[in-house]
This record gives sequence, C-alpha cells and structure tokens, in this order.
Amino acid sequence: MKNKGKKKREALGAVPFMLPSFLGMIVFSLLPIVVSIIMSFTDWDGLEKLNLNTLVSHFVGLDNYAQILGGKEFWAVLGHTCYYIVLYIPLVFIASLAIATLLNKARRGVSVFRVMYYIPVLTSWVAASLIWKWVLSPQYGILNQLLAVIGITGPNWLTSEVWAMPAIVLASVWKDMGFFGLFLLSGLQSIDKTFYEAAKVDGAGRIRTFFQITIPLLTPSIFFCLVMALINAFQLFPQVMIMTEGGPNGATQVMVERIYTYGFSYFRMGYAAAFSWLLFIIIFALTSVQLKLQKGWVHYES
Amino acid sequence: MRNKKVNKALSIMLASVMAASMAGCGTAATVHAADSETEAAMAPVKDPEEEVTIKFTNFNASGGHEETLEKMYEAFSEEHPTIKVDIETVGYDDYFTQMQTRVAGGTAPDCYELNIENFAAYAAKGVLAEIKDVDTSGINETALHAFNVDGKQYGVPGSFSNVVLIYNKDLFDQAGVEYPDADWTWDDAQAAAEKIRALGDDIYGIYAPTTYNEFFKVAAQYGGSLLNEDKTEFTINSAPNQEAAEMMVGRIVDSNVQPTEAQMGGMKDWDLFESGRLGMIPTGIWAFGEFTEACEFNWDICVEPGGTQKATHFFSNAYVVNADSSQKEAASIWVSWLASSPKAAEIRIADGWDLPAITDETVLADYLKTTPPDNRQAVFDSLDYLITPPIIEDYSMMSDIITEKLGEAASGKITAKEALDQAQEECTQKIKLK
Repeated sequence: MKNKGKKKREALGAVPFMLPSFLGMIVFSLLPIVVSIIMSFTDWDGLEKLNLNTLVSHFVGLDNYAQILGGKEFWAVLGHTCYYIVLYIPLVFIASLAIATLLNKARRGVSVFRVMYYIPVLTSWVAASLIWKWVLSPQYGILNQLLAVIGITGPNWLTSEVWAMPAIVLASVWKDMGFFGLFLLSGLQSIDKTFYEAAKVDGAGRIRTFFQITIPLLTPSIFFCLVMALINAFQLFPQVMIMTEGGPNGATQVMVERIYTYGFSYFRMGYAAAFSWLLFIIIFALTSVQLKLQKGWVHYES
Repeated sequence: MRNKKVNKALSIMLASVMAASMAGCGTAATVHAADSETEAAMAPVKDPEEEVTIKFTNFNASGGHEETLEKMYEAFSEEHPTIKVDIETVGYDDYFTQMQTRVAGGTAPDCYELNIENFAAYAAKGVLAEIKDVDTSGINETALHAFNVDGKQYGVPGSFSNVVLIYNKDLFDQAGVEYPDADWTWDDAQAAAEKIRALGDDIYGIYAPTTYNEFFKVAAQYGGSLLNEDKTEFTINSAPNQEAAEMMVGRIVDSNVQPTEAQMGGMKDWDLFESGRLGMIPTGIWAFGEFTEACEFNWDICVEPGGTQKATHFFSNAYVVNADSSQKEAASIWVSWLASSPKAAEIRIADGWDLPAITDETVLADYLKTTPPDNRQAVFDSLDYLITPPIIEDYSMMSDIITEKLGEAASGKITAKEALDQAQEECTQKIKLK
C-alpha cells in the first residue's frame, strides 16, 4: 500500500518535467494528425480561414477517397513508386553492404572513409539534386562523358521518360548508401568473432562464410534497413521536385509530389489530405506485413 | 461570424459610396498622370487622418531590388504621410506556401503580391478585397484588365513584361533572308527558319516552348481560345487551336527547324540562342540584359509574328488587398500608388526593375535609350496586342494538363490533334467550371 502511494507521488512529480515535450507533441504532431483526418473528408481549399466550422461546412464524406482510388492517376503514381522501389532497394543494399564490408575489413583510415561515405547523407537534398542534375546533363554531364569514353552514348537522363526514374534512383542510392552502410557496419562489428573462428576450423571458404555466417547474423540490421528504405521510398519527394518536377510527361510523378501539388498548387487541400492518409495506410500495411514476416528470416542472437 | 462580415462589408460599401459622391465622380475618366499631386487630392478614398500602419509582403523585390522598393516607399511617404508601410520581402521559393498558410490562418498581411497563377485561385476563393475608388487611370488597360474578375478589380499590376521576337542578325545575313518585321506571320517565320536550319546540322531556325503558356497565346494568334466566352466550357480542341498546336509541334517533328528535346541535349533555349546557333526566339524582354552580355553576334527584336492576327504575351504580378484587412483603404492607396504613380515608375525604370505598367510614355522614354536592341520601340508596339491568360479557379491544374499533353505531342508520341483532344477530355473531367 505504502509503496503504491509513493509511486503515484513520483509519477505526479514527473508531470511538470514531461509537460513541455508533451505539449509540443500535442500541438505539433497529434493535433495536425487529427485535423488532417478531418480535412481528408472535406473539400477545403487551403485558403479559406481554417476552423472547425469551415471544415464542417466543406464536409464531403468519402468523396476524396473514392475519387482518388477511382482515378487513373493514383495507380499510375503508385506504379512509379514501385518502379523506383524495385530499382532502389537492391541497388542501395548492394552498395551499402559493399561499403560496410570494406570499412569492416579496412585497417587504416576507417574514420576518414566513414566520413566520406556519410557526407552525402548530411548534404541537403536541394544541393545534392542540383549537383546530380549537372552530373546527368546529357551533353556536358560527367556521367555521359565517362560513358562516351567506353563507347556508350549516354541517354538524355532527366528528359527521357525511360531514364528519368533510374536517374533519380542513382542519385538516391548515392545519397543513402552511407546511411545504411553505417547501420550494416555496426551490425557487422557486433558479430562475435568466434563464429568466424569456428567456421575457419571447419574449413569454410570466404564466400561460404559470408553467406552462411555473416548474412544470417546481419539479418536484424538488414531488416531495420529494409523497413527504413521502404518508408523512405514511399516518401520520395525532394529529389523529384528539383530534378524533374514530376516530368517528363509525368513519368516521375510520385505520391508526395502529388500531395504537394494538390495542396499548394491546385488548392485542393482536402484531396491532398486524403492522398496522404492513403500513403500512410500503404506504409503502415507494408511495415506490419514486414514485421509479421520477419520471424521467418531474421535471426536474433541468443 | 457571417453576420459580422456582412455588416462590415455593408459599412465599407456605404463609406465608399459616400466618399465617391463627395468626390463628385467616382472614377475620373482621363486624368493626365503628370499632375499627380492634384490627383492625390482628388482621389475618392482619402488618406486616414491619424497615422496607420499597414503590412505589405512581396517577393519580386527579393534578390536585388529591396532598396528600390525602399526608395519608392520614401517617395510615397512624402505624398501620404499618414500611411506607414511595413514592407516585408520574402524569397520566391517559400513565398506561396507561406502566403497560403498565412491566409488560411488569418494572419495574412494587409496587402501583398501574387503571380498570375495564384491570383486566379485567390480571387476565386474570395480572400481578396475589391480595390475600388482609387485612381487607376494611368495604368495600361490590358494590364489592369488581367486582374479584373467578373467586373471586379481584385488586383493592380505592379510591373509588367511582354514577349517579342528576338533574332540573330548574323544568321539571317548568312542565310540571305530579310530581317523580320512587324508584318510577319508564322508562315514567313517558318520560311526563314527553314533557310537558317539549312546552314548546318546543329543550327536551328526557331525555338518556342511547347507548353501551356506558349499555347494559349499562339491559339489566340489563330483566333482560338481555351474557354468559351462565358467560361462555362473548355474549347481546347477547337479548329483554330488545332491549327496553332499543329504549327507549334510541326516545327519540331516535321520540319525540325526547332530542336527536339534530344537535340537540345539538356541545353536551355536561351543558351542555344546565346551560342549563336539559333535564328529566332520569341521570349520575354527580361532576356535583354543577359543577351547583351552573352551574345557575341548582332541581334535585334521585333513584334512577334502572328497567325491570322497578332497576340502578345504579357506577364505581370498583381498587388492585392487582403479581404480581412482592417486597413483596406490605406492598403489600396499604397498598392495603387505603387502601380500607377509616375514617381514610382521613374524609380523603377532608373533601377532597371521591370517595366511599370503605366501609359505615360514620357516616363518610359529613358527605357528606349538603352541598346541593344536597336528596335526597343517594338516592346511598346507590342502593347497593342496584349492578351491575358484565361483566369479560372483551377488555373494551375489546367496549365499542367495542357503542358503535359503538348509535351507528349512534341516528343512525337501522339499527334497535335490527339494531344488537344486528350487535354480537352481531361480538363473537362477534372475541372469544374462555373
């Protein structure tokens, strides 16, 4: 009894300390989330003064959702995102695994390389996109000039419907590989050396060790990276906005770009809110499925 | 809530009616802009007797003209000592998302600047106040009309730019073609472009973007328009529009006097002209500065060719007054002064900040003195043919749809006719007109 009372008092005592961050969360996260749900059931234009009355008077029920799901655009945009994911996920994994393995093996200069690979992660997307736009310029860009050296005529990257998305994938892989590389590196470093020693004693070669020891023991890190990479992929936005603005001919229009355009350029904030909730549902569903499926392939130690 | 608004609106209306009747006649028909001091005294809306402060937000002064605006304000203060203006200049990139949020949040400034795309939406959504009972007689009529929606003036043009045909004289000489003149049609331009194109594999005759912006103008040059007269229906795939689109697309896919996107190889149209490999480019007069510096050949300008008639682009931003402002009169006085006062115009020209949208040619004389181009007069001659874009609520969406379809036609995926048919269908389906 006495103990319980003490605990209660302690909990109450914590309230004043928690209040600032709690209030911040309510005002800047929880409230906007709730408002955006309500907004998604209205045809509010984003200009009329926002209060509860406005939202109520613009109520349209499930119209926005019906319109989005019934139109071609949503599915086209989803298709573009899937195209991006199919290219991006394998590439970013190969690149970051390569970085992690190299850094794990390297004896000297590890911190220098770690910083080098991490610099793109810290660079703002605006700056990075501008650099990539320049790298990808068909006539003057360094990439096509390098390709020309080995006798390949490079495509018109950002202005070709076929190549624009791969070009964005390329830039994204370059920017994200340091981030995932660092996670995988810490995963590699936490693998117990005795496993390798045991494998060596048993006569396993390098390749076999990599696939049968390293990869299985790395699965927790890989799983985390996969979840993060998928969420990132669905939220693809700044690089598209700066490098192609959704073009050419809409070939790189993706979810968040559409949400932004509807909300701030077409003045259909309600429609944009519904779009963003659909995006949330997709990400939520995919992540839940991944969490369910992880039991089958992710090995946690102990 | 609503009642309060109605009351407020009524009292303002009453006040302005009274003010108008006191001044004798609401809108003076022809007041010469030169005698501005008497004009200020005659303006139907009187300056407040006690000092008021209004907030004015703009993006156009950012990146180099903050001081010009400050100079204008100093001149304004001398004429209107009781109106203090708190000037805020925001960079273009953040401006419109920020302004939208401020309007929706009820914290928008008393008066601010909008570009034409956003103006259309803001005016339709009812967040702008009508600017009335201020003198606007010195302002170019077409420019003023661009911001008139259903007979109500929701904005005044701060400055403007238009489009002329800029041509490379050296290439014309090499090809042995007469220089273009104001009587040219697109057929003449096509003939010249073909001769220039024949000069070399990477020399092109003309470049005009295949976008919505270019299209609505060329359509007008063939007597077409995107909407019917009372703006209740789209007429995107009408016969004259089709003729216009076929001409624009044909230059690229048929005669190839205009480079395809692949031939451009990521180059921008201005760069192509500056490199001396492009004969003609219909583009904005804001190119003069850059072309003067970058072009190592002779160039000049003339009024843009037309189809069956002439039509010239005109670009302008609007100064608008917030419908919720408590200082609408003072705000109207400030923005209309910015737009129409000869003093503001003088400062604007002296600092090379666009062209003022006024009719007073004595003020504009200084502008004509600078060369190149020699034929600077063409800038003013073009004013006779100004057209304004069709203002509808879903302006940006319409423009995006048409640009996308024309782009597909320019890349040869569909024909010009198919592009217009598809654009017509998509616009009709997605956009509700009044």
